[in-house]
Amino acid sequence: MIDQLVHLLGYSFVQNMLLAGVLVAVVAGLVSRFVVARSMSFAVHALAEVGFTGSVGFLLIGMSPVLGLLTGSFVVALIIGALGLRVRERDAVVGLVMAFGLGLGVLFLSLYARYATEAIALLFGAITAVSQGDLMLMVVVAVVTIVGLGAMYRPLTFATVDPVVAEARGVPVRLISILFLLLLAAAVAEAVQVVGVLLILTLLITPGATAERLTAHPGLATVASVGVALLATIGGILLALMTAAPVSFYVTTIAFVCYIAARLGPPTLERLQAAHSS
Amino acid sequence: MCFDRATLAYGDRVVWSELSMTVPQGEFLAVLGPNGSGKTSLLRALLGLAPLASGSLDVLGRPPRRGNPAIGYVPQHAGFDRDVPLRGRDLVALGVDGHKWGFGRLSRADRARVESALEDVAACQYADAPIGRLSGGEQQRLRIAQALVGNPKLLLCDEPLASLDMRYQQEITELIGNWSRDKDGTVVFVTHDVNPVLGYADRVVFVVNGRWAAGSTDDVLTTETMSDLYDAPVEVLRVRGRIVVVGEASGAGFDLDEPHHFPEPAETHR
Repeated sequence: MIDQLVHLLGYSFVQNMLLAGVLVAVVAGLVSRFVVARSMSFAVHALAEVGFTGSVGFLLIGMSPVLGLLTGSFVVALIIGALGLRVRERDAVVGLVMAFGLGLGVLFLSLYARYATEAIALLFGAITAVSQGDLMLMVVVAVVTIVGLGAMYRPLTFATVDPVVAEARGVPVRLISILFLLLLAAAVAEAVQVVGVLLILTLLITPGATAERLTAHPGLATVASVGVALLATIGGILLALMTAAPVSFYVTTIAFVCYIAARLGPPTLERLQAAHSS
Repeated sequence: MCFDRATLAYGDRVVWSELSMTVPQGEFLAVLGPNGSGKTSLLRALLGLAPLASGSLDVLGRPPRRGNPAIGYVPQHAGFDRDVPLRGRDLVALGVDGHKWGFGRLSRADRARVESALEDVAACQYADAPIGRLSGGEQQRLRIAQALVGNPKLLLCDEPLASLDMRYQQEITELIGNWSRDKDGTVVFVTHDVNPVLGYADRVVFVVNGRWAAGSTDDVLTTETMSDLYDAPVEVLRVRGRIVVVGEASGAGFDLDEPHHFPEPAETHR
């Protein structure tokens, strides 16, 4: 089995896949921290599902589905940003935009019925199909997301954990919300390449939620979040190469097991420190 | 800090009008009034977040502007979520560089400032604990450290005592009062209960229904002034060093355990 894996690793499509996996995991791990802290899982779902609509729409007119996905989720990010930034308002806006967007998706899908496998791939992930062109686009999106997140890291953290004081200190809280939504749209489009539209939360929620259980140190939590995302993505791809089950199954399972393990209480860093100092 | 016939309005609703008052550097000003009377709006005006409809306002010698580093801000204690990945020292550090764009570690000098701010509020012991697991009083101490770490000249406090028990109320007020005295810092302290700040407030301003009265505690908190402000009979009692305002306007009596020590006005009289 290991021989088979080593053999497979020699193929360029496998190398592409792993590179795409690393990009996705790093982006998802970083963004996931803020998705969890800002309670935005519903927004993630809407970005992904309307991204699906964009994807099918672009396939319909013969353009790149990855670009379509990006376009769809950007449009949703802008609508949510324009209509609802307060938490209560946002919940309703996200729901109604998602419903309308998916309705369009159904229409596009019925017009595009010949290629149902492409739709399934979008919904459940098909990293095996990542082309050289897709990979270039993914690299660009990953770099933009990481640089963007780095540029707004401090005010985003401030606005996330302590919005009232952040506003008093002059942080443009509303602008930060909109910028983060746009970054999130890019990250969603990226992560959909691995796990698909329907399983997006496994990479955008689970790593951040797991990290929160492990440490209260913000920097370490970010590292842990990226670590969990990498473990799930790369582990999932390798396991899928060795067996017959799909990548998405392994990614979701590994991520879930990480969260449960963190919950069930290995010694957390705080407890370790407490034991050390006493 | 100087208000000159300052009026704040949201649309048609006048929050307070023609407010004129000068607060010299180093004074402790308590802002009093029933809920919804525009106490928080006063802080927002000072922070440059709510522009005046008319009149003028000077903060530290200049018109208010957003993100003024010479202003510290302590919000109402709202309680952090238990699992928020943030330690006390991280909250204080946000007071140093949280408003700056980009990504970066604190310099050695800034880390020392965080440390000394934690010492000043006696919070070193729990500075590394997850903030969501701390008591309300401990969280408020950290908030004060966060507000003071930038060495402000003006400290704005929005109901910092709300939902704290008596002992913590005293500790928090003492921290703020001592800072004002030792550092010659100006304090604007919004509170619905004047009693915790009686020993510290140099001046009070009472806001109700868009009207206001300012002066020393003894000038403002009298039966005559308060009845005038409410435009209804209100009685101010001094019992065992505490001040109690009893209003017939609302028909509500006064209850020691009830946090709203000021009667709600029956209706808008303007």
